[in-house]
Parts: sequence; structure tokens; C-alpha cells
Amino acid sequence: MSETFTKSMARNIFYGGSTFFFLLLLALTFDTESSLHESDNRENLTEQVAHGKRLWEENNCIGCHTLLGEGAYFAPELGNVYKRFGNSKEAIMGFIKSRPVDGIPGRRSMPQFNFTDEELNAVAEFLKYASEINTQNWPPNIQG
Amino acid sequence: MNYQSQAVAKPYFMAAIGLFVGQILFGVILGLQYVVGDFLFPEIPFNVARMVHTNLLIVWLLFGFMGSAYYLIPEESETELWSPKLALAMFWIFLVAGALTIVGYLTVPYATLAQITGNDLLPTMGREFLEQPTITKIGIVVVALAFILNIGLTVLKGRKTAVSLVLLIGLVGLAVFFLFSFYNPENLVRDKFYWWFVVHLWVEGVWELILGSLLAFVLIKTTGVDREVIEKWLYVIIAMSLITGLIGTGHHFFWIGTPEYWQWWGSIFSAMEPIPFFMMTLFAFNMVNRRRRNHPNQAAVLWALGTGVMAFLGAGVWGFLHTLAPVNYYTHGTQITAAHGHMAFYGAYVMIVLTMISYAMPLIRGRKEAASRKSQVVEMWSFWLMTISMVFITLFLTAAGVLQTYLQRYTDTPMSFMVVQDKIEIFYWLREGAGLVFLVGLLLYVSSFFIGQNEPEETAKV
Repeated sequence: MSETFTKSMARNIFYGGSTFFFLLLLALTFDTESSLHESDNRENLTEQVAHGKRLWEENNCIGCHTLLGEGAYFAPELGNVYKRFGNSKEAIMGFIKSRPVDGIPGRRSMPQFNFTDEELNAVAEFLKYASEINTQNWPPNIQG
Repeated sequence: MNYQSQAVAKPYFMAAIGLFVGQILFGVILGLQYVVGDFLFPEIPFNVARMVHTNLLIVWLLFGFMGSAYYLIPEESETELWSPKLALAMFWIFLVAGALTIVGYLTVPYATLAQITGNDLLPTMGREFLEQPTITKIGIVVVALAFILNIGLTVLKGRKTAVSLVLLIGLVGLAVFFLFSFYNPENLVRDKFYWWFVVHLWVEGVWELILGSLLAFVLIKTTGVDREVIEKWLYVIIAMSLITGLIGTGHHFFWIGTPEYWQWWGSIFSAMEPIPFFMMTLFAFNMVNRRRRNHPNQAAVLWALGTGVMAFLGAGVWGFLHTLAPVNYYTHGTQITAAHGHMAFYGAYVMIVLTMISYAMPLIRGRKEAASRKSQVVEMWSFWLMTISMVFITLFLTAAGVLQTYLQRYTDTPMSFMVVQDKIEIFYWLREGAGLVFLVGLLLYVSSFFIGQNEPEETAKV
């Protein structure tokens, strides 16, 4: 780099630039917070959904699945699984309940979590709530 | 080594390398589980192995960053470390806490771990990369605070350079943004939104400051180029990192229930994120070309050049591939993401830590400038084996990802996830093969520390 462009100029670009864009990020964050209610489906965030989210976390579901495209890529996307399973909570609960304890020979298999019926219902409620978040039409189709 | 207290970096580097080996062993297990689905099931299910793989990566990189800082800061500040005892105490606390966490992952079901560590009191577990029990997270904060105190007071009492200042800003940023990991709202969208304040603002934000300053330090030491020139580059690079990377966070806010405008902000700014990485490549090669001397530690110079190139390819090019919203609409959460993640982490953060270790370890172990020729040759072989196999891991995952995107998302007759996984199996096998070569390279790397110890030190070629 040329001699007319000095280290202190470079330093000022760093401090000025990063401060400006950090403030811009903050501003956009505030704006996002103020309009988030339009898309985040909070009106359906019941106690059951919150319980389901906790179960989702405490069983590390994200360690295999994606949820709205984030997570691991070993097992299907679950953000739209409620719709994929024909808008049926029962289908979701039945699937989780029926996983064999020792897996499926040679195949990937979901562990058996031994959920109670109430817990199964909470997980299904959580996935139903997730499927109703406005994700700008993502995923492109029902396969997730 | 100019200051005795720099030696405190040694246990940090040793732990980093040890955990790196563990990380790769679990990587190989995961790769096999992709094709032999019931491998180790139900004893070590995929989610557990993955958690161990990613958490070990984070922890060993943190060990590497801390060791690097403990080595670099006294030398830049021209004074002994404020408290080597505190640094050593923190080392053991961090190592024991890390080891207990990994043992917890592997010995009890995750739900049980959540229960016995009191996740209900302050639920932070079960989110990708932030799976650690809350008590471990608190431990990380304590270690980070003590570390920053130690480093900060050393900088304050000594010479202040751009390199040490930028490193300090990066490390403070690392600690501050980690605090978002304690925020876990019930609202899934908000949870995901602030989760990125840890993950993105680490790896595409403040970690780049750490990367830049470590690279600058090694280049100053090995090329003899004027500090003024190198620090000018450093400022411009990290300025571009934050100017593009802060708003670039938006490329994670396309499809998670956040406002549509993020598609514009995220696409435009993250499209510029390759710029600082490209500058880093130019920086490394320029400085080495303008070197005033040939440093006898050729391995360290190789790692420094390598990290410049691979960070640009992995973070820059592979990031750009899927960062524009119209493209990301189809590729989001596929093997393309995995491909990018692997090469970016290796190129940017694994390689910079190995650059520092390569430069500092011979000095800590009593050499004047470099390890023996024999040791360096083995180390450079390991460089090529690991780097080339990582290129192939990335290419195979990219091929898998392109096919997956097409078959599952783009074609007129989309197929289900598991059907598609079967169809792209061949690429998972190839990836596993490349992963095994990586493991061989890593073992060779470890062996380089034991080879040629009694041989004379390598001297500079004129």
C-alpha cells in the first residue's frame, strides 16, 4: 500500500467503520424487534409450546435435525414437519413414540426418548407452532 | 523466547492439539454414521457424536487462542505476563470443566445431563454449538474474564502495539458476545435471532480480529518486514471484516421468521465478506515476498501462507456460493452449508492456531529460532495431507449438497430427505475416505513434535 495512505488513516477507518456498522446493526435489531410480532407466530406461543421447546432442547433434537434450516443435516427438516405429516399432531406423536430402542439395522434411526403422552403432545404443539412462523415461503416445497 | 512467562502457552497448545485429535476421531465416527446409519447406535447416537465433534473444536480453538495470546502479549508488550500463576490455574479449570462436559455428553443421556446440571434454573442447553450445560457456560465466562484481566493488565503495563490492541479487542468481543448464549427466550424466532449474535459475530466478526492479529504477529517475526507496513494492512483487513461482517449477520435472517428486508441487507453485505479474506491472502503472500530475511522456521511460514489461502477459499468463496438470498432459498441447511463450515473453520481458525503453535512451540521448547529440518519436513507433510484432504472433504460435501438441493428442493418432482440421502451416499463414502486421510495427516502432525529432537536446529538459507 502506498506511502500517502498511513497507518493512522487505516486505524481510523477501522474504528469509524466498525462503530458505524455496529450502530447500524443495533438500529436494524431494534427495528426487527418492533415488527417481529407480525411474523413470529407469538399469538400461538402457549405454555405447551414453551414446554415442547424445552423438551426439544433437552433432548438435543438439533443434533440431528434442522429447524427452519438450522441445525444438523443428518435427519429431515422439522420446521414444516407438521404440514408434511398432513397437519397432524397425532402423526408426529405416533412417529416419535414408535422408534425402536435398538435402532434399525444398517439405517439411521431416531432414538427412543420414552416421552409421556403429555410430553409428546408438547413436542407436537411446538412443531405445529414452528410450522406457522412466517418464513418467507421457505422451504421451497413440502419435503423441507 | 524473550520472556519466561511466555512458556505458560505450552500447556494450552498441548491441550489444544490433544483435543483436536479427539475432535477428528469423532468426525470420522460421524462420517461413518452418515453411511452406516446404525454405527455405535444407540450407545453414541449421531447427535452426541456431533456435539462432541463441534464442542471439542470450539474448546480447542479457545485453548489455541488463549495460548497464542499468552505467548504473543508479553513479547509485544515487552514485559512479563501480569500473572503466569493465574494463567496456569485457568488452564486447569478450563481443561477439567471441558473434560467433564465431554464425559457428561458421552456417559449419560443429554436429557439427564440437563437435569443434573440444573438446566431448569437457567435453560441454555440444546441449541447448536451452545449445548454445554449452563454451569459449563458460566465456567467459560469465568475463565474468559480471568484471561482478559491477565492479558489486559499486561498490555496496560507494557508497550502498546496495534497487534496487541487488535487481539485484545477481538478477545473482549469474544467474551462479550458469548453472553448472548445465556439468553434463551421461549419465542423460537427471537431465540434463533440472538443465537447468531454468538455464532456469527464470533466467526464472521471478532474472531477475524484474533485471526488477523495472530497472522500479523507471525509475519512480523518471520519476514522482518517493517511493523508499520504490517499493522497498516492489519487495520484495513479488520476494518473490512467488521464493515462487511456486522450487517452480514443478515444472511442468517432470511428464513427464520424475521422481516423480509434482511434478504437485501444480508445478501449485499455478506457478498462483500470475501473481501477481507482475499486481502488476507494478498497480505500473507506480499509480506513473505517482501521478506528481509529467510526465516529458518519454514513450516510456520507455510502455515501462515496456507491460512491466507484456505480462509479465503473456505470462508470467502464457499461462503459466497450460497450467501445470496435467491440461492440460499434452495441451499439453506443442506450439505453445502456443511462443506462451507468445514473448510472455513479449517482454513481460518484451525490453521491460524497451528501457525502460532508452529512458530512458538520450538521457541518455548528451547530452540533459538526453529525446529530441526527433520521435524519440519514431517510437519510440512502433515500440512499438505490435512489441507488437501480438507479440500476433498469440501468438494465431496459440495457435490452431495448440489445433488441434495436439486433432488429435494429444485426439481419438479421433489423427493423426501431420506430418499435423497440414499442417492448421494457415494459422496459420503468419498468424504469418509478423505476424512481418514485427514486423520493420518493429523497423527503425522503430532509425531512431528517427537521427531528430530536431538538433531541440530534448522538454519536459514541465504
